[in-house]
Amino acid sequence: MNDRLRDIGPFVPGRDDDLLICRCEEVTKGEIRQAVHEGMFTMPEIRRYLRCGMGLCQGQTCARLVKGIIASELHIAPSEVEPASSRGPVRPTEMSTLGNEEEA
Amino acid sequence: MKTTADVIVIGAGIVGCSTAYYLAKKGMSVIVLEGSNYIGNGGSSRNGGGVRQSGRNPKELPLMIWGVKNIWPHLSEELGVDTEYKQKGNLRLGKTDRHLGILTKLTENAVKCGLDVKMISAAEVKGINPYLSDEVVGASWCATDGHANPLTTTLGFYKKARELGVQFYTDCPVVQLRTVCGTMRQVITSEAVFEAEAVVVAAGFESKPLLDGVGINIPMRKVKLECLVTEAEPQMFEQMLGTAEADFYGHQTKHGSFVFGGHTGYERYAIDYANPSSSSSFASCTSRGIMKYFPILKDAKIVRAWAGFMDECADEVATVSKIDEIPGLYVECSFTGHGFGIGPAAGYNTAELITTGKTPADIQPLRYDRFKTAM
Repeated sequence: MNDRLRDIGPFVPGRDDDLLICRCEEVTKGEIRQAVHEGMFTMPEIRRYLRCGMGLCQGQTCARLVKGIIASELHIAPSEVEPASSRGPVRPTEMSTLGNEEEA
Repeated sequence: MKTTADVIVIGAGIVGCSTAYYLAKKGMSVIVLEGSNYIGNGGSSRNGGGVRQSGRNPKELPLMIWGVKNIWPHLSEELGVDTEYKQKGNLRLGKTDRHLGILTKLTENAVKCGLDVKMISAAEVKGINPYLSDEVVGASWCATDGHANPLTTTLGFYKKARELGVQFYTDCPVVQLRTVCGTMRQVITSEAVFEAEAVVVAAGFESKPLLDGVGINIPMRKVKLECLVTEAEPQMFEQMLGTAEADFYGHQTKHGSFVFGGHTGYERYAIDYANPSSSSSFASCTSRGIMKYFPILKDAKIVRAWAGFMDECADEVATVSKIDEIPGLYVECSFTGHGFGIGPAAGYNTAELITTGKTPADIQPLRYDRFKTAM
Protein backbone atom coordinates (compact mmCIF):
# COMPACT_ATOMS: atom_id res chain seq x y z
CA MET A 1 0.00 0.00 0.00
CA ASN A 2 1.33 3.39 -1.02
CA ASP A 3 0.11 6.33 1.09
CA ARG A 4 -0.01 9.33 -1.24
CA LEU A 5 -0.43 11.84 1.61
CA ARG A 6 2.65 10.71 3.51
CA ASP A 7 5.04 13.46 4.59
CA ILE A 8 8.07 13.70 2.30
CA GLY A 9 9.14 17.05 3.72
CA PRO A 10 8.85 20.46 2.07
CA PHE A 11 10.04 21.30 -1.44
CA VAL A 12 13.44 22.99 -1.06
CA PRO A 13 14.61 24.85 -4.19
CA GLY A 14 18.00 23.61 -5.42
CA ARG A 15 20.80 25.42 -7.21
CA ASP A 16 20.66 23.03 -10.17
CA ASP A 17 16.86 23.09 -10.57
CA ASP A 18 17.16 24.64 -14.03
CA LEU A 19 19.23 21.68 -15.28
CA LEU A 20 17.62 20.05 -18.35
CA ILE A 21 16.95 16.37 -17.60
CA CYS A 22 14.73 15.41 -20.55
CA ARG A 23 16.36 16.97 -23.60
CA CYS A 24 13.67 15.93 -26.08
CA GLU A 25 10.84 17.60 -24.20
CA GLU A 26 12.95 20.16 -22.27
CA VAL A 27 11.93 19.21 -18.73
CA THR A 28 14.10 20.50 -15.88
CA LYS A 29 15.17 18.89 -12.63
CA GLY A 30 13.20 21.50 -10.67
CA GLU A 31 9.98 20.68 -12.53
CA ILE A 32 10.41 16.98 -11.78
CA ARG A 33 11.19 17.63 -8.10
CA GLN A 34 8.18 19.94 -7.81
CA ALA A 35 5.90 17.34 -9.44
CA VAL A 36 6.92 14.74 -6.84
CA HIS A 37 5.81 17.19 -4.14
CA GLU A 38 2.50 17.59 -5.97
CA GLY A 39 1.89 13.86 -5.52
CA MET A 40 3.45 12.31 -8.64
CA PHE A 41 5.34 9.51 -6.88
CA THR A 42 5.89 7.16 -9.85
CA MET A 43 7.65 7.15 -13.23
CA PRO A 44 4.44 6.84 -15.30
CA GLU A 45 2.83 9.73 -13.40
CA ILE A 46 5.86 12.00 -13.85
CA ARG A 47 5.96 11.09 -17.54
CA ARG A 48 2.26 11.81 -18.06
CA TYR A 49 2.36 15.02 -16.00
CA LEU A 50 5.47 16.62 -17.52
CA ARG A 51 6.06 14.71 -20.81
CA CYS A 52 9.65 13.80 -19.85
CA GLY A 53 10.46 10.57 -21.70
CA MET A 54 7.70 11.12 -24.26
CA GLY A 55 9.88 12.70 -26.95
CA LEU A 56 11.89 11.28 -29.83
CA CYS A 57 14.15 9.09 -27.67
CA GLN A 58 11.20 7.84 -25.56
CA GLY A 59 13.15 8.23 -22.33
CA GLN A 60 16.16 6.17 -23.37
CA THR A 61 18.36 9.06 -22.27
CA CYS A 62 16.62 10.51 -19.20
CA ALA A 63 14.73 7.61 -17.59
CA ARG A 64 17.57 6.71 -15.20
CA LEU A 65 18.06 10.35 -14.20
CA VAL A 66 14.33 10.84 -13.58
CA LYS A 67 14.27 7.69 -11.48
CA GLY A 68 17.12 8.98 -9.32
CA ILE A 69 15.42 12.34 -8.79
CA ILE A 70 12.10 10.74 -7.76
CA ALA A 71 13.91 8.38 -5.36
CA SER A 72 15.82 11.26 -3.81
CA GLU A 73 12.67 13.33 -3.20
CA LEU A 74 10.85 10.33 -1.70
CA HIS A 75 13.90 9.32 0.41
CA ILE A 76 13.95 5.79 -1.02
CA ALA A 77 16.44 3.78 -3.12
CA PRO A 78 16.22 4.17 -6.93
CA SER A 79 15.68 0.41 -7.16
CA GLU A 80 12.36 0.89 -5.35
CA VAL A 81 11.08 3.15 -8.16
CA GLU A 82 9.48 1.02 -10.87
CA PRO A 83 10.35 1.96 -14.46
CA ALA A 84 7.62 3.14 -16.82
CA SER A 85 6.63 0.86 -19.71
CA SER A 86 8.87 0.91 -22.77
CA ARG A 87 6.84 1.36 -25.93
CA GLY A 88 7.63 0.36 -29.49
CA PRO A 89 8.76 1.09 -32.12
CA VAL A 90 12.37 1.22 -30.88
CA ARG A 91 13.12 4.06 -33.29
CA PRO A 92 10.69 6.60 -34.79
CA THR A 93 9.34 5.02 -37.99
CA GLU A 94 7.44 6.57 -40.91
CA MET A 95 3.82 5.51 -41.32
CA SER A 96 4.54 4.63 -44.95
CA THR A 97 7.16 2.13 -43.71
CA LEU A 98 5.06 0.70 -40.89
CA GLY A 99 2.08 0.40 -43.22
CA ASN A 100 3.73 -1.48 -46.08
CA GLU A 101 4.62 -4.79 -44.43
CA GLU A 102 2.25 -6.66 -46.74
CA GLU A 103 4.27 -5.76 -49.84
CA ALA A 104 7.70 -6.24 -48.21
CA MET B 1 -3.52 4.86 8.72
CA LYS B 2 -6.85 6.51 7.96
CA THR B 3 -9.57 3.86 7.51
CA THR B 4 -12.81 5.80 7.99
CA ALA B 5 -14.27 8.66 5.95
CA ASP B 6 -17.59 10.06 4.81
CA VAL B 7 -17.07 8.48 1.39
CA ILE B 8 -14.75 5.80 -0.01
CA VAL B 9 -14.08 5.90 -3.74
CA ILE B 10 -12.72 2.74 -5.39
CA GLY B 11 -10.59 3.53 -8.44
CA ALA B 12 -8.25 6.47 -9.07
CA GLY B 13 -8.97 7.17 -12.71
CA ILE B 14 -10.53 10.37 -13.98
CA VAL B 15 -13.94 9.31 -12.67
CA GLY B 16 -12.72 8.36 -9.19
CA CYS B 17 -10.40 11.36 -8.89
CA SER B 18 -13.05 13.85 -10.07
CA THR B 19 -15.69 12.34 -7.77
CA ALA B 20 -13.26 12.61 -4.85
CA TYR B 21 -12.36 16.19 -5.77
CA TYR B 22 -15.95 17.41 -6.02
CA LEU B 23 -16.88 15.63 -2.77
CA ALA B 24 -13.91 17.18 -0.94
CA LYS B 25 -14.83 20.58 -2.33
CA LYS B 26 -18.21 20.18 -0.65
CA GLY B 27 -16.52 19.45 2.66
CA MET B 28 -16.71 15.66 2.71
CA SER B 29 -13.83 13.52 3.96
CA VAL B 30 -12.80 11.04 1.25
CA ILE B 31 -10.50 8.01 0.90
CA VAL B 32 -9.60 6.79 -2.60
CA LEU B 33 -8.41 3.18 -2.97
CA GLU B 34 -6.55 2.28 -6.17
CA GLY B 35 -5.60 -1.30 -7.02
CA SER B 36 -2.58 -0.52 -9.18
CA ASN B 37 0.39 1.52 -7.99
CA TYR B 38 -0.50 4.33 -10.35
CA ILE B 39 -3.03 7.16 -10.60
CA GLY B 40 -5.05 7.13 -13.82
CA ASN B 41 -3.48 3.97 -15.16
CA GLY B 42 -6.53 2.49 -16.87
CA GLY B 43 -8.65 4.03 -19.59
CA SER B 44 -8.02 7.51 -18.16
CA SER B 45 -4.49 7.51 -19.60
CA ARG B 46 -5.32 5.27 -22.54
CA ASN B 47 -7.83 7.06 -24.72
CA GLY B 48 -7.95 9.40 -27.71
CA GLY B 49 -8.74 12.52 -25.69
CA GLY B 50 -12.14 13.23 -27.20
CA VAL B 51 -14.45 15.66 -25.42
CA ARG B 52 -17.37 15.10 -27.71
CA GLN B 53 -21.14 14.93 -27.64
CA SER B 54 -21.79 13.92 -31.25
CA GLY B 55 -21.69 10.20 -31.99
CA ARG B 56 -22.84 9.33 -28.48
CA ASN B 57 -25.78 7.19 -27.50
CA PRO B 58 -28.73 9.53 -26.65
CA LYS B 59 -28.79 8.07 -23.10
CA GLU B 60 -25.43 9.76 -22.40
CA LEU B 61 -26.21 13.06 -24.08
CA PRO B 62 -27.90 14.97 -21.22
CA LEU B 63 -24.88 14.37 -18.93
CA MET B 64 -22.31 15.05 -21.66
CA ILE B 65 -24.00 18.23 -22.91
CA TRP B 66 -24.15 19.41 -19.29
CA GLY B 67 -20.42 18.70 -18.85
CA VAL B 68 -19.40 20.57 -21.99
CA LYS B 69 -21.38 23.60 -20.81
CA ASN B 70 -20.55 23.56 -17.11
CA ILE B 71 -17.23 21.78 -16.48
CA TRP B 72 -14.84 21.86 -19.42
CA PRO B 73 -14.68 25.61 -20.18
CA HIS B 74 -13.05 26.49 -16.83
CA LEU B 75 -11.42 23.17 -15.89
CA SER B 76 -7.77 24.20 -16.48
CA GLU B 77 -8.25 27.20 -14.22
CA GLU B 78 -10.01 25.17 -11.56
CA LEU B 79 -7.39 22.38 -11.42
CA GLY B 80 -4.29 24.50 -11.92
CA VAL B 81 -3.02 22.33 -14.79
CA ASP B 82 -3.17 22.78 -18.55
CA THR B 83 -5.91 20.37 -19.64
CA GLU B 84 -5.22 21.47 -23.25
CA TYR B 85 -8.98 21.64 -23.82
CA LYS B 86 -9.80 22.83 -27.33
CA GLN B 87 -13.42 23.31 -28.34
CA LYS B 88 -12.91 23.41 -32.10
CA GLY B 89 -15.49 20.90 -33.24
CA ASN B 90 -15.76 17.25 -34.19
CA LEU B 91 -15.85 15.88 -37.72
CA ARG B 92 -17.26 12.38 -37.99
CA LEU B 93 -16.23 11.23 -41.43
CA GLY B 94 -17.91 9.02 -43.97
CA LYS B 95 -16.41 7.42 -47.10
CA THR B 96 -19.46 5.53 -48.43
CA ASP B 97 -23.24 5.97 -48.73
CA ARG B 98 -23.66 3.42 -45.96
CA HIS B 99 -21.41 5.55 -43.71
CA LEU B 100 -23.51 8.62 -44.47
CA GLY B 101 -26.61 6.63 -43.49
CA ILE B 102 -25.08 5.77 -40.08
CA LEU B 103 -24.03 9.38 -39.54
CA THR B 104 -27.42 10.78 -40.55
CA LYS B 105 -29.18 8.54 -38.02
CA LEU B 106 -26.75 9.48 -35.21
CA THR B 107 -27.21 13.14 -36.12
CA GLU B 108 -31.02 12.95 -36.10
CA ASN B 109 -30.99 11.29 -32.68
CA ALA B 110 -28.59 13.91 -31.27
CA VAL B 111 -30.65 16.80 -32.65
CA LYS B 112 -33.70 15.36 -30.84
CA CYS B 113 -31.67 15.63 -27.61
CA GLY B 114 -30.99 19.31 -28.28
CA LEU B 115 -27.45 19.01 -29.66
CA ASP B 116 -26.34 21.41 -32.39
CA VAL B 117 -24.96 18.89 -34.90
CA LYS B 118 -25.55 18.66 -38.66
CA MET B 119 -24.54 16.75 -41.78
CA ILE B 120 -22.14 18.54 -44.11
CA SER B 121 -20.95 17.93 -47.68
CA ALA B 122 -17.52 16.83 -48.89
CA ALA B 123 -16.76 20.42 -49.91
CA GLU B 124 -17.69 21.73 -46.46
CA VAL B 125 -15.48 19.05 -44.85
CA LYS B 126 -12.56 20.25 -47.00
CA GLY B 127 -13.28 23.81 -45.90
CA ILE B 128 -12.90 22.77 -42.25
CA ASN B 129 -9.97 20.37 -42.77
CA PRO B 130 -8.16 20.77 -46.12
CA TYR B 131 -5.74 17.89 -45.39
CA LEU B 132 -8.37 15.13 -45.63
CA SER B 133 -8.30 12.80 -48.64
CA ASP B 134 -10.84 12.99 -51.49
CA GLU B 135 -12.25 9.63 -50.36
CA VAL B 136 -14.26 11.47 -47.68
CA VAL B 137 -17.75 12.08 -49.11
CA GLY B 138 -19.39 13.77 -46.14
CA ALA B 139 -19.40 14.10 -42.36
CA SER B 140 -21.37 15.09 -39.32
CA TRP B 141 -20.18 18.32 -37.72
CA CYS B 142 -20.62 19.40 -34.13
CA ALA B 143 -18.96 22.75 -33.46
CA THR B 144 -19.13 22.50 -29.64
CA ASP B 145 -17.15 19.24 -29.45
CA GLY B 146 -13.41 19.15 -28.90
CA HIS B 147 -10.51 17.36 -27.26
CA ALA B 148 -8.22 17.61 -24.24
CA ASN B 149 -5.19 15.95 -22.68
CA PRO B 150 -6.37 12.94 -20.63
CA LEU B 151 -3.05 12.65 -18.76
CA THR B 152 -2.84 16.16 -17.32
CA THR B 153 -6.61 16.32 -16.73
CA THR B 154 -6.71 13.09 -14.71
CA LEU B 155 -3.58 13.95 -12.72
CA GLY B 156 -4.94 17.49 -12.24
CA PHE B 157 -8.04 16.11 -10.48
CA TYR B 158 -5.76 13.92 -8.35
CA LYS B 159 -3.44 16.81 -7.46
CA LYS B 160 -6.32 19.09 -6.53
CA ALA B 161 -8.18 16.42 -4.54
CA ARG B 162 -4.97 15.64 -2.66
CA GLU B 163 -4.50 19.34 -1.87
CA LEU B 164 -7.99 19.29 -0.31
CA GLY B 165 -6.91 16.43 1.95
CA VAL B 166 -8.32 13.45 0.06
CA GLN B 167 -6.47 10.36 1.26
CA PHE B 168 -5.23 8.32 -1.71
CA TYR B 169 -3.87 4.80 -1.23
CA THR B 170 -2.42 3.16 -4.35
CA ASP B 171 -1.26 -0.46 -4.65
CA CYS B 172 -4.31 -1.21 -2.53
CA PRO B 173 -6.66 -3.57 -4.38
CA VAL B 174 -10.13 -3.97 -2.95
CA VAL B 175 -11.11 -7.58 -2.43
CA GLN B 176 -14.73 -7.26 -1.37
CA LEU B 177 -17.59 -4.92 -0.53
CA ARG B 178 -19.44 -5.79 2.69
CA THR B 179 -22.88 -4.60 3.73
CA VAL B 180 -24.00 -4.23 7.34
CA CYS B 181 -27.73 -4.76 7.91
CA GLY B 182 -28.34 -4.31 4.19
CA THR B 183 -26.48 -1.00 4.02
CA MET B 184 -23.14 -0.40 2.27
CA ARG B 185 -20.53 0.04 4.95
CA GLN B 186 -17.20 -1.82 4.63
CA VAL B 187 -14.54 -2.06 1.95
CA ILE B 188 -12.15 -4.93 2.46
CA THR B 189 -8.53 -4.93 1.27
CA SER B 190 -5.76 -7.38 2.13
CA GLU B 191 -4.24 -4.88 4.56
CA ALA B 192 -7.20 -3.16 6.17
CA VAL B 193 -10.97 -2.82 6.47
CA PHE B 194 -12.18 0.63 5.47
CA GLU B 195 -15.52 2.06 6.57
CA ALA B 196 -17.74 4.81 5.21
CA GLU B 197 -21.37 5.87 4.96
CA ALA B 198 -21.12 5.88 1.16
CA VAL B 199 -19.01 3.89 -1.30
CA VAL B 200 -18.47 4.77 -4.96
CA VAL B 201 -17.29 1.98 -7.28
CA ALA B 202 -15.42 3.63 -10.17
CA ALA B 203 -12.90 0.97 -11.10
CA GLY B 204 -13.58 0.40 -14.80
CA PHE B 205 -14.01 -3.27 -15.66
CA GLU B 206 -12.60 -4.18 -12.25
CA SER B 207 -15.85 -2.80 -10.78
CA LYS B 208 -17.57 -5.93 -12.02
CA PRO B 209 -16.32 -8.56 -9.54
CA LEU B 210 -16.87 -6.15 -6.63
CA LEU B 211 -20.46 -5.43 -7.70
CA ASP B 212 -21.13 -9.10 -8.54
CA GLY B 213 -20.10 -9.83 -4.93
CA VAL B 214 -23.06 -7.82 -3.61
CA GLY B 215 -25.48 -9.13 -6.22
CA ILE B 216 -25.36 -6.26 -8.71
CA ASN B 217 -24.52 -7.25 -12.29
CA ILE B 218 -23.49 -4.65 -14.82
CA PRO B 219 -23.01 -6.61 -18.08
CA MET B 220 -19.57 -5.58 -19.30
CA ARG B 221 -16.40 -7.13 -20.60
CA LYS B 222 -12.82 -6.12 -21.32
CA VAL B 223 -12.04 -5.04 -24.88
CA LYS B 224 -8.64 -3.83 -26.02
CA LEU B 225 -8.05 -0.39 -27.47
CA GLU B 226 -4.80 0.69 -29.17
CA CYS B 227 -3.34 4.01 -30.34
CA LEU B 228 -0.37 5.41 -32.22
CA VAL B 229 1.46 8.67 -31.45
CA THR B 230 3.52 10.57 -34.01
CA GLU B 231 6.46 12.89 -33.49
CA ALA B 232 5.61 16.60 -33.23
CA GLU B 233 4.41 18.03 -36.55
CA PRO B 234 3.63 21.64 -37.47
CA GLN B 235 0.11 22.59 -36.32
CA MET B 236 -2.29 21.41 -39.06
CA PHE B 237 -5.81 21.24 -37.62
CA GLU B 238 -7.65 21.62 -34.33
CA GLN B 239 -10.75 19.44 -34.69
CA MET B 240 -11.44 16.08 -33.10
CA LEU B 241 -11.89 13.44 -35.80
CA GLY B 242 -13.89 10.26 -35.88
CA THR B 243 -15.52 8.05 -38.49
CA ALA B 244 -18.92 6.53 -39.13
CA GLU B 245 -17.54 3.06 -38.41
CA ALA B 246 -15.77 4.29 -35.26
CA ASP B 247 -12.69 2.55 -36.71
CA PHE B 248 -10.44 5.60 -36.72
CA TYR B 249 -10.27 8.65 -34.48
CA GLY B 250 -7.79 11.15 -33.19
CA HIS B 251 -6.52 14.68 -33.01
CA GLN B 252 -3.38 16.79 -33.06
CA THR B 253 -2.23 17.66 -29.56
CA LYS B 254 -0.98 21.02 -28.32
CA HIS B 255 2.50 19.46 -28.37
CA GLY B 256 2.16 18.88 -32.13
CA SER B 257 2.04 15.10 -32.08
CA PHE B 258 -0.97 13.27 -33.49
CA VAL B 259 -2.76 10.68 -31.38
CA PHE B 260 -4.66 8.25 -33.60
CA GLY B 261 -6.72 5.26 -32.60
CA GLY B 262 -7.72 2.53 -35.02
CA HIS B 263 -9.22 -0.86 -35.37
CA THR B 264 -7.75 -4.19 -36.51
CA GLY B 265 -10.90 -6.23 -36.00
CA TYR B 266 -9.26 -8.37 -33.30
CA GLU B 267 -9.68 -6.05 -30.29
CA ARG B 268 -12.05 -8.51 -28.64
CA TYR B 269 -9.43 -11.27 -28.68
CA ALA B 270 -6.57 -9.90 -26.59
CA ILE B 271 -3.72 -12.28 -25.76
CA ASP B 272 -3.18 -11.04 -22.22
CA TYR B 273 -6.14 -9.71 -20.24
CA ALA B 274 -3.97 -8.77 -17.25
CA ASN B 275 -1.69 -6.32 -19.06
CA PRO B 276 -2.64 -4.20 -22.05
CA SER B 277 0.08 -4.65 -24.66
CA SER B 278 0.30 -3.34 -28.22
CA SER B 279 -0.27 -6.02 -30.84
CA SER B 280 2.17 -6.58 -33.69
CA SER B 281 -0.44 -5.96 -36.38
CA PHE B 282 -1.97 -2.76 -35.01
CA ALA B 283 0.70 -0.20 -35.98
CA SER B 284 0.80 -1.43 -39.59
CA CYS B 285 -2.96 -1.69 -39.96
CA THR B 286 -3.66 1.70 -38.42
CA SER B 287 -0.88 3.44 -40.36
CA ARG B 288 -2.62 2.25 -43.53
CA GLY B 289 -5.96 3.51 -42.18
CA ILE B 290 -4.55 6.94 -41.28
CA MET B 291 -2.85 7.37 -44.68
CA LYS B 292 -6.18 6.73 -46.42
CA TYR B 293 -7.68 9.69 -44.59
CA PHE B 294 -4.48 11.79 -44.47
CA PRO B 295 -2.14 10.96 -47.38
CA ILE B 296 -0.05 14.00 -46.39
CA LEU B 297 1.02 12.27 -43.15
CA LYS B 298 2.75 9.32 -44.86
CA ASP B 299 6.20 10.53 -43.81
CA ALA B 300 5.16 11.37 -40.24
CA LYS B 301 7.06 9.16 -37.83
CA ILE B 302 5.37 7.01 -35.22
CA VAL B 303 7.25 7.36 -31.92
CA ARG B 304 5.16 5.02 -29.83
CA ALA B 305 2.15 2.76 -29.66
CA TRP B 306 0.14 1.97 -26.57
CA ALA B 307 -2.82 -0.14 -25.55
CA GLY B 308 -5.51 -0.13 -22.89
CA PHE B 309 -8.72 -1.89 -21.94
CA MET B 310 -12.25 -0.61 -22.24
CA ASP B 311 -15.05 -1.66 -19.88
CA GLU B 312 -17.44 -2.38 -22.72
CA CYS B 313 -21.07 -2.46 -21.62
CA ALA B 314 -23.73 -4.63 -23.29
CA ASP B 315 -25.44 -1.45 -24.58
CA GLU B 316 -22.16 0.51 -24.89
CA VAL B 317 -23.46 3.10 -22.43
CA ALA B 318 -22.03 4.35 -19.13
CA THR B 319 -23.58 3.47 -15.79
CA VAL B 320 -23.76 6.39 -13.34
CA SER B 321 -26.22 5.56 -10.61
CA LYS B 322 -27.05 4.88 -7.01
CA ILE B 323 -27.99 1.31 -6.16
CA ASP B 324 -31.51 1.21 -4.72
CA GLU B 325 -31.19 -2.18 -3.02
CA ILE B 326 -28.04 -1.23 -1.12
CA PRO B 327 -28.29 2.24 0.44
CA GLY B 328 -24.92 3.99 0.39
CA LEU B 329 -23.62 2.24 -2.76
CA TYR B 330 -22.99 4.22 -5.96
CA VAL B 331 -21.48 3.12 -9.29
CA GLU B 332 -19.72 4.89 -12.14
CA CYS B 333 -18.46 2.36 -14.66
CA SER B 334 -19.02 0.74 -18.08
CA PHE B 335 -17.94 3.91 -19.92
CA THR B 336 -17.08 1.68 -22.93
CA GLY B 337 -14.04 3.60 -24.18
CA HIS B 338 -15.64 7.05 -24.20
CA GLY B 339 -15.42 7.92 -20.52
CA PHE B 340 -12.76 10.60 -20.58
CA GLY B 341 -14.86 13.47 -21.92
CA ILE B 342 -17.87 12.59 -19.77
CA GLY B 343 -15.86 11.52 -16.69
CA PRO B 344 -15.66 14.90 -14.91
CA ALA B 345 -19.42 15.44 -15.39
CA ALA B 346 -20.08 11.96 -13.99
CA GLY B 347 -17.87 12.77 -10.98
CA TYR B 348 -19.60 16.09 -10.33
CA ASN B 349 -23.10 14.63 -10.60
CA THR B 350 -22.25 11.67 -8.38
CA ALA B 351 -20.84 14.02 -5.73
CA GLU B 352 -24.11 16.01 -5.90
CA LEU B 353 -26.16 12.80 -5.71
CA ILE B 354 -24.31 11.67 -2.57
CA THR B 355 -24.47 15.03 -0.78
CA THR B 356 -27.89 16.36 -1.87
CA GLY B 357 -29.77 13.38 -3.34
CA LYS B 358 -30.22 15.30 -6.62
CA THR B 359 -28.19 15.85 -9.80
CA PRO B 360 -28.04 18.90 -12.09
CA ALA B 361 -27.97 16.69 -15.21
CA ASP B 362 -30.45 13.94 -16.06
CA ILE B 363 -28.69 10.64 -15.33
CA GLN B 364 -31.84 8.49 -15.25
CA PRO B 365 -30.95 6.82 -18.60
CA LEU B 366 -27.63 5.67 -17.05
CA ARG B 367 -29.22 3.64 -14.24
CA TYR B 368 -27.79 0.26 -13.26
CA ASP B 369 -31.13 -1.54 -13.62
CA ARG B 370 -31.80 -0.63 -17.27
CA PHE B 371 -30.70 -4.03 -18.60
CA LYS B 372 -33.62 -6.17 -19.71
CA THR B 373 -33.50 -9.72 -21.03
CA ALA B 374 -34.10 -10.59 -24.69
CA MET B 375 -37.59 -11.91 -23.90
